[in-house]
Amino acid sequence: MTRENGLNMLIVAGLVLVPLWAFFADEPFTITLATRAVILAMAAVGLNIALGLGGLISLGHAVFFGLGGYAMGILAYHAQTYTPFVEWPFVIEGTKSMPIIWLVAVVMSSLAAFVIGLLSLRTSGAYFIMITLAFGQMFFFFSISWSAYGGEDGVSIYLRNGFPGLNTLAPIQFYGLCFGLLMLVLLFASLLARSPFGLALNAARQSEQRVQAVGMMPFRLRLAAFVISGAITGLAGALFADLNRFVSPAMFSWQMSGEIMILVILGGVGRLYGPVVGAIVYVMLEHVLGDLSDYWHIYLGVLLLLVVLFVKGGIIGAVSGRRTAHG
Amino acid sequence: MTSVLSLEQIEASYGPIQALFGVSLDVSEGEAVALMGRNGMGKSTTVKTICGMLPAQGDIRFAGNRINGLPSHKIARLGVGLVPEGRRCFSGLSVEENLVAASRKGEWDFAKVTDLFPRLAERRRQQAASLSGGEQQMLAIGRALMTNPRLLVLDEATEGLAPVVRQEIWTAIEALKNRTGVSILIIDKSLKELARIADRAVIVERGKDVWSGAFDALDREVADRHLGV
Repeated sequence: MTRENGLNMLIVAGLVLVPLWAFFADEPFTITLATRAVILAMAAVGLNIALGLGGLISLGHAVFFGLGGYAMGILAYHAQTYTPFVEWPFVIEGTKSMPIIWLVAVVMSSLAAFVIGLLSLRTSGAYFIMITLAFGQMFFFFSISWSAYGGEDGVSIYLRNGFPGLNTLAPIQFYGLCFGLLMLVLLFASLLARSPFGLALNAARQSEQRVQAVGMMPFRLRLAAFVISGAITGLAGALFADLNRFVSPAMFSWQMSGEIMILVILGGVGRLYGPVVGAIVYVMLEHVLGDLSDYWHIYLGVLLLLVVLFVKGGIIGAVSGRRTAHG
Repeated sequence: MTSVLSLEQIEASYGPIQALFGVSLDVSEGEAVALMGRNGMGKSTTVKTICGMLPAQGDIRFAGNRINGLPSHKIARLGVGLVPEGRRCFSGLSVEENLVAASRKGEWDFAKVTDLFPRLAERRRQQAASLSGGEQQMLAIGRALMTNPRLLVLDEATEGLAPVVRQEIWTAIEALKNRTGVSILIIDKSLKELARIADRAVIVERGKDVWSGAFDALDREVADRHLGV
């Protein structure tokens, strides 16, 4: 077993034991923090597929996070106001069922990723960053002016949506749900990275021409990766909105895109558990430093600077010592 | 014999500078053709036009279909397996991953490639960047074979390698030629080694083909005149 695998198992153990301890010690806030970390981790695992595996520096992943959030917000809003979402040509009611909301979130964010990818993947480097950023801003300003769903104020949902067989209002049960989903997403991401598709994507990042010479089209590989990446981040968005029981244009903001990217870089780009470590550290800093100062982002900035300058491979790279990111 | 690859009066330029002034050559099913010529005469440029990396005028046909203007990946899918000059592997991937990433359904798979190059099996978990030059070359050939090509294009496959390793690679290419039906277009400078596998030779000089014929017919006089050896 490599040190990185050991570290990964330690992280999983922590994600199981800390909330359990908090449950028995009656510290619901700790559970909420852990839930937040797990959901942000999932969003970042999504980005890591595009960024770490495909080398696609997307500064627009808030689009998918926000779409997931609004999928939840809009469906739940119609369910709680007993108004149909669509009346013509057929009636579509809102819903409070998580599985349906997740499905809608994943489908919507995949579609958006497909269209955005189709247009933006023709460019690379700085242009790709700018185009994804521009799409993010488009969604952001659209959501601000969409008064049917609160415009700038967003939408509040009174009760958390339901999952068959669980009481999602109990923090530990909702945490368990999110944690389970994160584990599934991580399993999927690790299988993906080892699959011929993942290897080809990795190879395309290293040399476009060599990949073409063995008969594969880098554009299609990247588009597929971008769609998968967006779908996972979209699912995380739906959970995030359910955690807060609130969705607002802030989920579409470029700061959100930046935050997701920070999680990946902090933890380790291209490492399976990089985004998870990044999210845990981020949420801990936010909590600890946020108590000390409103300007806690300054310290986050310093930490990010140190990680980028001195430890290649993020926190996971620093601890496990393997310099080449892989899988 | 059916023609696998045929080039008819190919011209190509790098920006404003014309490099090929009419190269013609043919490779038939199961045949090995040596593409020869001194440095800078257009051998690698010819390979680039075949693989769609450089636009060309003239007619390039693969298995009867015109392939000029097709993107590289489509040409590769039709069955052109390129082993590029300078052993270009995916350095961040392991040996096995390099091969799996390129694999397409057909008779060549990981087991068959490692049968041809047992050393790749020993190194299967090693990163390509840490392989020796010869092993990287074997990996590049193996990777091309994993796409199950009809035509294997070898661009300077043994350049800059130690004599022992060169022999190993030549033996493998010879085995490929004799045991499979794959057609081979090979660029190399070593007449002695080419004689082991090449059926015919085409010599290019200043962007044109100036001599072609059976490899046995390539005598001292022709070699002296066009190759300077």
